[in-house]
Amino acid sequence: MVTQKGVAAKLYRSKDGLGVWEHRGKVAAVSYGYSPCDRRWDENLEHSLGAYSMIAAKKALEEAGIRLDQVDGVVSAPGPIGEPWAPRPYFAPPYDSEDGISLVTAEWLIKNMGLKNVRFANSEASRGHGQVLGMASQAIGEGLCHTCLVLFPFGNLAGRYSQAGSNARETATGNGQWSMPWGWGAAGAGFAYGFNQYCRKYGVNHDMMAPFVVNLRRNGRMNPMGYYAQHPEEPLTVEDYLASRWVVKPLCLHDADRPVNAAVCFLLTTADRAKDMKLPPVYVLNHNNNNFEARGLTHTAEEMGQFGDIHARRMYEGSGLTPSEVDIFNPYDGFTLFTQYYLDAFGWHGVKKGEALHFYQGDIRVEGPHPFLSSGGNNGTGRTRAAIFTDCIEQLQGRAGPRQVHIKAETAIAGCTMPHTCAWMAFGKYPD
Amino acid sequence: MPKQSPVPDKLSKPFWDACNEGKLVMLTCTACNLMQYPPEATCRKCNSAEKLVWKEVSGWGKIHGYCTMYDCRIRLLQAEQPFNLASIALEEDPGVLMYANLPGTPVDEVPVGATVKVEFVTTPGNGQKVPEWRVTEPRWKAAKKAARPAARKR
Ligand SMILES: [Zn+2]
Repeated sequence: MVTQKGVAAKLYRSKDGLGVWEHRGKVAAVSYGYSPCDRRWDENLEHSLGAYSMIAAKKALEEAGIRLDQVDGVVSAPGPIGEPWAPRPYFAPPYDSEDGISLVTAEWLIKNMGLKNVRFANSEASRGHGQVLGMASQAIGEGLCHTCLVLFPFGNLAGRYSQAGSNARETATGNGQWSMPWGWGAAGAGFAYGFNQYCRKYGVNHDMMAPFVVNLRRNGRMNPMGYYAQHPEEPLTVEDYLASRWVVKPLCLHDADRPVNAAVCFLLTTADRAKDMKLPPVYVLNHNNNNFEARGLTHTAEEMGQFGDIHARRMYEGSGLTPSEVDIFNPYDGFTLFTQYYLDAFGWHGVKKGEALHFYQGDIRVEGPHPFLSSGGNNGTGRTRAAIFTDCIEQLQGRAGPRQVHIKAETAIAGCTMPHTCAWMAFGKYPD
Repeated sequence: MPKQSPVPDKLSKPFWDACNEGKLVMLTCTACNLMQYPPEATCRKCNSAEKLVWKEVSGWGKIHGYCTMYDCRIRLLQAEQPFNLASIALEEDPGVLMYANLPGTPVDEVPVGATVKVEFVTTPGNGQKVPEWRVTEPRWKAAKKAARPAARKR
């Protein structure tokens, strides 16, 4: 079973006016598994991204009580995200290519786990960590498969990435000719730029981000899948945050998520089959995958605010939920400087345009009345892009442990990644 | 700043050639009256390729926004850190944004909304000139000075 090109695009929901999702409540997320979360690959094959992907997939199956032969779908957002392993020499199979080292495709997982009954496989969304959950949900809804593993492999090799290649040259080619001569092109520059505009527009400032980021790390330390739970450091303080070095001001080091080498795997199935599994099902209420183009070279704060509005409109339309009905809200925070667009647009807990940073000054702890990003997000758990989704499942199953929110947890919305390209999931404890 | 040199391709060559002559030109759809930068093979609004023409613009703009680079991936610029990373909205079409380092403007003192005028700087890699922008007085003041009308005789 190999990926057929062009299939993914037909499974996404990417438009206004689609109405309530036709498979709402008929697809369920049951379990997930995770590997150790390492800062970088130590070049031990037992710690490779491929090995970690298999650990995560096996755990997801065990948790749900599902055998290998019952799996008939595998979807991966294979990567790569960072640098390739090449030109370094490869290893003996199955580590004789990038697949298994800097990326992991559905095909690699199927072969190496010995999955014999897969009818649906897809690896088209190379960095589409939100997209693959929606793709699998739609595939299950349409009957392309009934029990699907959804893999989030996230590789990180030794060394700083993006320091060589085009960045080390004297010339700029392709798209780079329009940005690189001026030094635009660092990760996060566009969001730092947009954040400055946001602050000017709404009269807020970067210092107001401190309680938000400190709370993300606090939540992350309570999330066993994450880097900071597995590698405890001194808790981040407001003072640490305010003293953090600038990467591209106003984006400081602690505004960026930490790249890690880890894998997370979800198990999705039909609502009917989920009833017989070991964990209570969490029903999928909607999914969306939205991509927007900026008018100019970079996204302005105004545009990102508009993109946020469209994300919210489509997710509310497809899920049938209203803002006041969303209990758990885990929007993406890979750079913390764009999360405010999501909070402003979705209007969670009554937040209105321009109020997100004021909201951060309130009680956003998981124990409190406004447990925002109860997952710890990417910032609090490391760059797997998975915690925002696993937390929705756990909170609705009532097994989030010390992170279990004290407010009602019956519905959840999560999405990643950036405002101009973000895919979302809505979950419910009940199918209707 | 020792900027990387753009390497012109088929689509961008007229733009970079004009820069070398000290002119700023924009690919413009004459049907939609829309400028597009970076240039694309067809108009993003009407999809026409025939209606696209290169038009010279005045070289005036306004600072639309900025951030400050401290940890740049581009090696040539790492010795220049921290430096301004601004975007300029073009006078003729403020939807067009162009990047700028704002020579003469210290970091943390970027006057958003201020008037800027284009200039062209030579890059070391291949000698290609690229647009750069400098904060200046508003255009009407510059125009007033340039005209220098003689005092009317009574
Ligand atoms: Zn046109």
